[in-house]
Amino acid sequence: MLERMPPVSSEIAIAANRFGLGLRPDNPPSGKTANWLSAQIDRYDPRPAAMAALPTRATLIQSLQELQELQRVKRAEAASADDETAMAEKVLKNYRKSLRDHYAEAVDARLQVAIASQTDFAERLVHFWANHFAVSTDKVQIIALAGNYEFDAIRPYVFGKFGDLLKSAVKHPTMLLYLDQAQSIGPDSALAKRVNARRDVDLGLNENLAREILELHTLGVRTVYAQEDVTEFARALTGHTITGLARGQIRRFIDGNTPAGEMVFVDAIHQPGARRVIGNSYTQSGAAQADAILSNLATHPATAKHIAMKLATHFVADTPPPALVAKLEKDFLKTGGDLKSLYRVLLSAPEAWAAGQAKFKSPWEWTVSALRALNLKQLGANKQGPAAVFVQMGQPIWKPGSPAGFGDQAKDWAGPAALMRRVETAGRLAKLTAGRIDARMLAPAILPGTLDPRTAEHIARAESPEQGLALLLVAPEFLRR
Amino acid sequence: MLNRRHLLTAGLATGTATILPKMAWAAADTDRRFIFVLQRGAADGLGILAPTGDPSFAPLRGELAATTGTKLDSLFTLHPAMTETANLFAQKQAAFAHAIASGYRERSHFDGQNVLECGAARPYGRDDGWMNRLLSLLPGSERRALALATAVPLALRGTAEVGSYAPSRLPDADTGLMERVAMLYAEDAQLAPLWSSAIQTEAMAATTENAGRGGAAAGKLIASLMNGAEGARMIMVESNGWDTHVNQMGRLNGLLKGVDDMIAAIRTDLGPAWSKTVVLVATEFGRTALVNGTKGTDHGTASAAMLYGGGLAKGGTIMADWPGLATGQLYEGRDLKPTMRFERLVIDTLSAHYGIEPGKLQRTVFPDFV
Repeated sequence: MLERMPPVSSEIAIAANRFGLGLRPDNPPSGKTANWLSAQIDRYDPRPAAMAALPTRATLIQSLQELQELQRVKRAEAASADDETAMAEKVLKNYRKSLRDHYAEAVDARLQVAIASQTDFAERLVHFWANHFAVSTDKVQIIALAGNYEFDAIRPYVFGKFGDLLKSAVKHPTMLLYLDQAQSIGPDSALAKRVNARRDVDLGLNENLAREILELHTLGVRTVYAQEDVTEFARALTGHTITGLARGQIRRFIDGNTPAGEMVFVDAIHQPGARRVIGNSYTQSGAAQADAILSNLATHPATAKHIAMKLATHFVADTPPPALVAKLEKDFLKTGGDLKSLYRVLLSAPEAWAAGQAKFKSPWEWTVSALRALNLKQLGANKQGPAAVFVQMGQPIWKPGSPAGFGDQAKDWAGPAALMRRVETAGRLAKLTAGRIDARMLAPAILPGTLDPRTAEHIARAESPEQGLALLLVAPEFLRR
Repeated sequence: MLNRRHLLTAGLATGTATILPKMAWAAADTDRRFIFVLQRGAADGLGILAPTGDPSFAPLRGELAATTGTKLDSLFTLHPAMTETANLFAQKQAAFAHAIASGYRERSHFDGQNVLECGAARPYGRDDGWMNRLLSLLPGSERRALALATAVPLALRGTAEVGSYAPSRLPDADTGLMERVAMLYAEDAQLAPLWSSAIQTEAMAATTENAGRGGAAAGKLIASLMNGAEGARMIMVESNGWDTHVNQMGRLNGLLKGVDDMIAAIRTDLGPAWSKTVVLVATEFGRTALVNGTKGTDHGTASAAMLYGGGLAKGGTIMADWPGLATGQLYEGRDLKPTMRFERLVIDTLSAHYGIEPGKLQRTVFPDFV
């Protein structure tokens, strides 16, 4: 039976695919599409149950502390009896596994929220900003913490001011660990002076976070800063560290009553004195100095340009229309980085609703939209959970491998091997539906107005219902948005 | 047991050949091979090939200054993790270039990698990569390049068709589905060539099915993809994790052992073809001469590059116009000063390797380099 679906305009397809995570046939949108998207701004839940149920950061940090302690003990007793070494190895293995389990649990929570979401434009924004302020689990300490970072530092701030989101992200314990800020010490700070004089060591600066804030998070590369601005900003940032994992010398200055895994400002490691960053002087002392710099960076014209370009590239096209970018940039400057206002400008711009499919979905976007289309909650029986599937598809969640995050253009995702992985995954997902779904009916429902008649014909001629579904999921119009 | 991907390629060669734009892989005119390993994240040249003979080195590097390793000459000591490299150097099958950099002088990884890959004078100066332009200089039957990744990195992007391969642990899709996907993409200008390339490569790699990790496994996989008359002639490998801001000692050790193991496996598994192979290992820029406050190093300027191959023209040499590490000799007072251009090294190495006149190679591969 080939029942015709009621006609729907392609405006719905654009709203659901370009701006959302794909249509769920069991829960089609109603009302005017543009309103339907902007209404999500108010309906968005920053703390869904699946995420609220995850272990707290204090618990995660405690696991990390215990692991570090075990590794220390193991090193100290390396010469001891063989059976003890074997025992210690076993305990260590269990701890490492528990870190990976925390990670897998968080990936699954992210996936479940995305699959079920009725505010999927908002979820897309969360994923966008988490990637803009990327951390990466190729650093072992980040494995268990990456989920907590997105849920705590990004989710609650995506509809506020950009400056608040920036501060929340770069001062989160996970970011301080990832870009080495937690260990950066002012060369003339009280601690460095004492320790460096007493012992023959050099405690000092690490400019990693300062550089990436300027280059990736705010102004953008090749804009208005120079090496000296990076170094000055790095000096201003010293003092930001975290409880629980700090090294010995720093630990003594941290109030023992602060729970583990919190960001703290330790004046004894802060580089004293005024700083000069991109032509402005900052005479504040303590944490207020870096805050003042971050506030200025957040509203700088170069930042407005950078964010406008990135947002338009993410949603609309690999080379977005200059008029759209200009509108976004203007609004960002006018409102001082009010993100709600910025999204409304995006949604009301005619350039953002141009017909056609200019974007190639990332593996994450494609997988989530496929699961929503098929009304599936899982990627199939796999011991390591969904996390492993994203590794195979070339986009391991929270592991972009660099602070720049994952690429956001077709050239980053449309490769021969990547396409093969999608076909394999599509075949597997189709099997999970066990013949419950007729691809011929599903196709026009999830691709209203964009389904090519030739694709419909290939689906109709498939040798089995499963094969038809797999073809739908890898059809050109479902790979793009 | 016959692999289903073999069956599929066999099918493509006959029945569906008119649907798929199949690559014509005829017998080779020559069979020179080239492998480019990009160390993403700025590898520390001063750690890889340490200038232990420079009196400024030890004071700058403190505990990071290698005390062991293989002394290659009066100035340089090779990192102790690279034992196979040391052997190859003794056999004139390895060479180094030091104090080398592209024309890029800022310190952004992403811009630095962009310049190194597109080969332009400035970031985003070109949309295609130098390896893709190099392909155009090879005989038609030899233009088979692969990226060891799911998508194709910039160095290999361009007008010449390039494949990509990443080992998969997902269950294979069934043959019927794969054939129908070919039909589904037949009229899609972007997807049709990608799909045809994916199928070709899967069929080749299926003979080893190497999903293992580590340098040796990667080396075996690379060799399997390059072996035989139909094997790839050029491969690009991306190596991550070189951004050693913290506790550099242990990390660099593991990373270099990985490269060393990979080279050893490539050499063994390529067999006689090793004598016609060149491997280039390079990074976007180097790291600070001075150790930072966290037992690591920050973004710098010049670094070192490595060359390998059974018939290497400059085997057993270290190419370096050493700038020195004394305070006044450092670039901007902090980094190893570049005295050799990356583009020059590539031009000289590849013109000798392929027998292409250097000027011609330069005009095509690095047209912005003067």
